[in-house]
Amino acid sequence: MTGELGQLALCFALALSLVMTVAGLFGAKEDRAAARSVAVSSAFGLFVFVALAFLTLTYAFIVSDFSILDVASNSNTLKPLVYKISGVWGNHEGSMLLWVLVLSIYAALVAGLQRGGPRLTSAALGVQGLLAAAFLLFILFTSNPFLRLDPAPFEGAGLNPLLQDPGLAMHPPMLYAGYVGLSASFSYAAAALLVGEAGWARAARPFMLVAWMALTCGIALGSWWAYYELGWGGFWGWDPVENASLMPWLIATALLHSALATEKSGAFRTWSLLLAIAGFSLSLIGTFLVRSGLTSSVHAFATDPTRGFFIMVLIALAIGGALALFAWRAPTLQGGAAFEPASRETTLLLNNVFLVASCACVFVGTLYPMVLDAINGTKISVGPPYYVLTFGPIFFALLVLVPFGPQLNWRRGDLKAVWRSLYPALGLAAVAGVVVLAIASPRSLTAAGAFAVAGWLIGASILDIRKRRGARASAFAAALAHAGLGITLLGVTGTTVWRSEALTVVAPGQTMTVGPYTLRFDGVTRVKGPNYIADRGKFVIMEGGKAGATMLPEHRLYLAQGQDVTDTAIHTTGLRDLYLALGDDRDGGRFAVRAYVSPLAPLIWLGGLVMALGGALSLWGRLRLSEPENKPAAPAVAQAAE
Amino acid sequence: MNARKKRRLAFAAALVAVGAIVAGVIIYGLGENTMYFRSPTDVAGNMVHPGVAFRIGGLVEKGSLHHGEGAQVRFRVTDGKSTVPADFNGVLPALFREGQGVIATGSMDSSGTFVATEVLAKHDEKYMPPEVVQALKKSGRWQEGPK
Repeated sequence: MTGELGQLALCFALALSLVMTVAGLFGAKEDRAAARSVAVSSAFGLFVFVALAFLTLTYAFIVSDFSILDVASNSNTLKPLVYKISGVWGNHEGSMLLWVLVLSIYAALVAGLQRGGPRLTSAALGVQGLLAAAFLLFILFTSNPFLRLDPAPFEGAGLNPLLQDPGLAMHPPMLYAGYVGLSASFSYAAAALLVGEAGWARAARPFMLVAWMALTCGIALGSWWAYYELGWGGFWGWDPVENASLMPWLIATALLHSALATEKSGAFRTWSLLLAIAGFSLSLIGTFLVRSGLTSSVHAFATDPTRGFFIMVLIALAIGGALALFAWRAPTLQGGAAFEPASRETTLLLNNVFLVASCACVFVGTLYPMVLDAINGTKISVGPPYYVLTFGPIFFALLVLVPFGPQLNWRRGDLKAVWRSLYPALGLAAVAGVVVLAIASPRSLTAAGAFAVAGWLIGASILDIRKRRGARASAFAAALAHAGLGITLLGVTGTTVWRSEALTVVAPGQTMTVGPYTLRFDGVTRVKGPNYIADRGKFVIMEGGKAGATMLPEHRLYLAQGQDVTDTAIHTTGLRDLYLALGDDRDGGRFAVRAYVSPLAPLIWLGGLVMALGGALSLWGRLRLSEPENKPAAPAVAQAAE
Repeated sequence: MNARKKRRLAFAAALVAVGAIVAGVIIYGLGENTMYFRSPTDVAGNMVHPGVAFRIGGLVEKGSLHHGEGAQVRFRVTDGKSTVPADFNGVLPALFREGQGVIATGSMDSSGTFVATEVLAKHDEKYMPPEVVQALKKSGRWQEGPK
């Protein structure tokens, strides 16, 4: 029964999305209130039916209904409940359904909040409906999660053990909230092109903020997972899959800044529209890259060529359509407002130039091997050094410029005064750089430079916060987000430059050293988890001859798949991680062990969290002043803050 | 030419300059940092020079895995037609198995041994890296369908 219910719900959802498209666009174009309210109701209906389909599938996973193919191939009765639920999106079909669910949530929010007036909302709903219809068709024709399996097997195949992890349970929904969140900006931008652009940047702002925050958290979660689950101690590998999430983030960041200028001073009108289109386009390309099986990774669910083809056509239509609309309508738009060279607009312009340029580097590095392979079958890979060489300096230059932005006024600013007011931050930067050069070993000029820039960013943020004391909370958003960048930079530098590594084979009773730590190996015991058996190593951190904390890295064998997974143990002081991965069995109780000491590693993800918190503050301020168009201008300090 | 037009022209020129610089950096970066993928047969056919980094892919030959001093590991990579010995100093990924697919990054030394700097982990038991599939197809040892 459940399968048919879900199937039916999806069909209703498809019908509603089509109604929403027609009614939304017609209501906006012909200015018909009745059509517009039909679009709004169908947006809510779409959400209800997609949610129903999603809950049905979740229920099937929870009760292990193996008569549904998707459940039988991706779940297992032995799995803990939380991984039965996360298994819903741990496969291609379910993840596409989650994608559409998030899309419909944003559609319902657009309909409910009615930001930017009825016509703009209605047109945006029309575009959002078109996207929903396309993805629902894709699900129903190529990726139906409710396909039956007859006869139903007694036991399911289980979920990839690497995905059975709390961080990974949350990572896809978070990332999708970001990816698909950019669809709302995309729809608003397309709507602005269709019915006239007034106010779209302000209307779409909360959606941009939510999408950006979710992307930030999603990327941080993914990187954290790679760090502790994959067992090589790295946090970012410039893998195509990671790049696929980084590119929309870079463009979303550019959009947040550019749309702010559009809203506050009327600058970059057409450019912001183009960024909104590019942001979601990169989300689509990211999904395609990740899911199509073009890249070898845990994310490559779909290896079926029809799916790849369908997604490619879908992406081409969405991107091509939006760009055609842009080319057709953009020349009719009013040009951007003028500004002086020393103004906040200039800093935002530079911000955008650097962000787009760094995104271009990542884009080329990610797609070049695939294009080359498609052309003549040459298989190459572009390694991390490429990204360090290209992305590194560009992003570094961007970070140096960041502190100026929030201090300069719109249209015309006083660069000299701003420069003077930033002296304390410059002092902090110099101290940080010199201290690192003086005491840290190995001595590294790169590390000193990075610490100076981090000090510059954090110092400027502290100055900014001091200056705005007493303002409303959202005034501190930019300072927080920029400080987060500095914190992440500290973490990245610490781990990259000062990481120590030990690679040994130890026998029980032996000790090993890594960095400042001495570890005693107490042997391995066999333990039994709910759906795996594991060799659990016991390591004791020795502090001056006495036993300190215990670390328990594991080597797990998941029974349903017969797959081995390393489960690392991490001992953190908050400023330094000791990281252990148990390697292969070398007979006689001896084991290969890989150990890392990563200074400042936790700061990488703390910085991400602080950035997202900045976004949250800004969003909170926006939603509290929900209809600011009709209100007198906010006080100068508060305005300068955003 | 009025002021607005002048400004636009200056802006466009700056944009072109920035674009050119970025393109230059990208092309330079790609030239320096791409690695080719080679199969054991390519290696046997002298397609790689000693000391030049590349990626090799194939199957870990059955019975070829030996542990040396400390974390030293030695194995052979095969595509059924040719075989290349490989040395690696490190902990092998959890899914490293004899008879299964492997991808490693490194370079050939003068004695014809592949010195691996990195052995890539597969994410999934069922999964075979596309490069390995291609190498096996080229050597004619690829079998379609379920094992």
